[in-house]
Amino acid sequence: MEHITTPPWAMLAYLVAGVLFIMALRGLSSPATSRAGNRYGIVGMTIAMVTTLATHGVASLPEIAAAIAIGGGLGFVTARKIKMTDMPQLVAAFHSLVGLAAVLVGLAAYLNPIAFGIAGPDGVIEVQSRIEMGLGIAIGAITFSGSVIAFLKLNGNMSGAPIMLPGRHAINLGTLLAILGLVGYFTQDQAPWVIAVITALSFVIGFLLIIPIGGADMPVVVSMLNSYSGWAAAAMGFTLHNTAMIITGALVGSSGAILSYIMCKAMNRSFISVIAGGFGAAPEASGGGAAKVQRPWKRGSAEDAAFLMKEAENVIIIPGYGMAVAQAQHVLREMGDLLKKEGVNVKYAIHPVAGRMPGHMNVLLAEANVPYDEVFELEDINGEFAQADVAFIIGANDVVNPAAKTDKSSPIYGMPVFDVDKAKTVMFIKRSMGGVGYAGVDNDVFYMDQTMMLLADAKKMVEDINKALAH
Amino acid sequence: MDFISILSIFVMACFVGYYVVWSVTPALHTPLMAVTNAISSVIVVGALVAGAAEGSVVSKWLGLGAVVLASVNIFGGFAVTERMLAMYKKKEKK
Repeated sequence: MEHITTPPWAMLAYLVAGVLFIMALRGLSSPATSRAGNRYGIVGMTIAMVTTLATHGVASLPEIAAAIAIGGGLGFVTARKIKMTDMPQLVAAFHSLVGLAAVLVGLAAYLNPIAFGIAGPDGVIEVQSRIEMGLGIAIGAITFSGSVIAFLKLNGNMSGAPIMLPGRHAINLGTLLAILGLVGYFTQDQAPWVIAVITALSFVIGFLLIIPIGGADMPVVVSMLNSYSGWAAAAMGFTLHNTAMIITGALVGSSGAILSYIMCKAMNRSFISVIAGGFGAAPEASGGGAAKVQRPWKRGSAEDAAFLMKEAENVIIIPGYGMAVAQAQHVLREMGDLLKKEGVNVKYAIHPVAGRMPGHMNVLLAEANVPYDEVFELEDINGEFAQADVAFIIGANDVVNPAAKTDKSSPIYGMPVFDVDKAKTVMFIKRSMGGVGYAGVDNDVFYMDQTMMLLADAKKMVEDINKALAH
Repeated sequence: MDFISILSIFVMACFVGYYVVWSVTPALHTPLMAVTNAISSVIVVGALVAGAAEGSVVSKWLGLGAVVLASVNIFGGFAVTERMLAMYKKKEKK
């Protein structure tokens, strides 16, 4: 039954690689240990690759070295050049590559099962390996086509609006069942058409699953595809009886699943409703404005804002994705520095869905040299708004909308939000009074007595505040 | 290794993953994704086996193709994680 001739030292080496990958993730528990964590990951990967090359004929070394050089060069250059705002697209693109690699490996194992030690000399593949291979290829293909769609949506090549096919739930369910049925049939008949149809249907279902999901739900989708890429690697690890792949697959699979859960919770959306799609569509034709009467609001100037913040003791800054779009993170950090010089206590408050992927806003602030110990998560800082003299909202909207707490009919009802209404003064940077947030709902914060609307481009406004502060 | 041993490793690793990932600080969730991306490219092991094996030319080329794809991810994933992590700085003590 057992045809694999992996020597014991190699099996140990794969185990070591797997443990190093666990330590790589463990390192991320704090920024101080994170870089060492990344090094563990690199060492683990090197061990896994060298071990494989050492145990499997080195005859093809030149071709393999060339393949690594081409891929590695491409990856390295992209990693150096990519803008931090484009990180979600990059991650989606990387997921698609893992998915496609899994499909190629699965097909290669199907075509040459003896080399993988999963078939007898007659070329008949073991039943258990057929299931693992079929599932691995299917998950890989779904990861690939799903990630390509996610990439196109995040990169703006494709509209973020959900595309709803009629009867899509029935089509999706039918396709999934067909894939599972074929994997079952594959155990009886290892004909090429079976594996070909499994591959093709899986590419289709990945595409169908992601097109109805709207732009606002993309953080969940990216996390979910992260998880899938892990399960694909794990399935291949089962096929190859390789501990490094199995451990890694399980780690990555859990990681993506947990991140999806965190994102769903931060938006108060159930995972099922995200997958079913349709959220994040363009706001309804009339918008929130038609039903609402015009309410009074106050406009402030950069000078007013600068004066108030100079006198303040505690200022909490709430950045949203709009800040990144306006490229205002650097001037915002300068503002924080100027305020600190005046003796003001400055903190940054980040909502889990502030960026386009989990933790995105933290990276953008880190890039602008904001020290990470001034940046706080929602639940850690929400109690401090009562003591805050100024809540400074820049490029965020839905995450400060009290409708999430009070208005059951609101699409964002139940989403955890910042209690900015408790702050003495709220400053809200916004381009104009017309636009509404991503979810397309009006925001009561605009009309509160203590709110000062700062209507301008975010970067321009902060620059003006900085000028006024410097005086 | 028999199936049960492999399954045991897998189930244990899922639990390890669960606890390790919950201990990751939310501030580092983007680097977490980038690095999980890089390590899930350990699938390169399978690609190398296929790329090195004799017996099927198509299989060999599929394997080499997968080596290219996985290498993009490995080098790109670790490099971009390193780049991001280098940006996280603590407050300077005055």
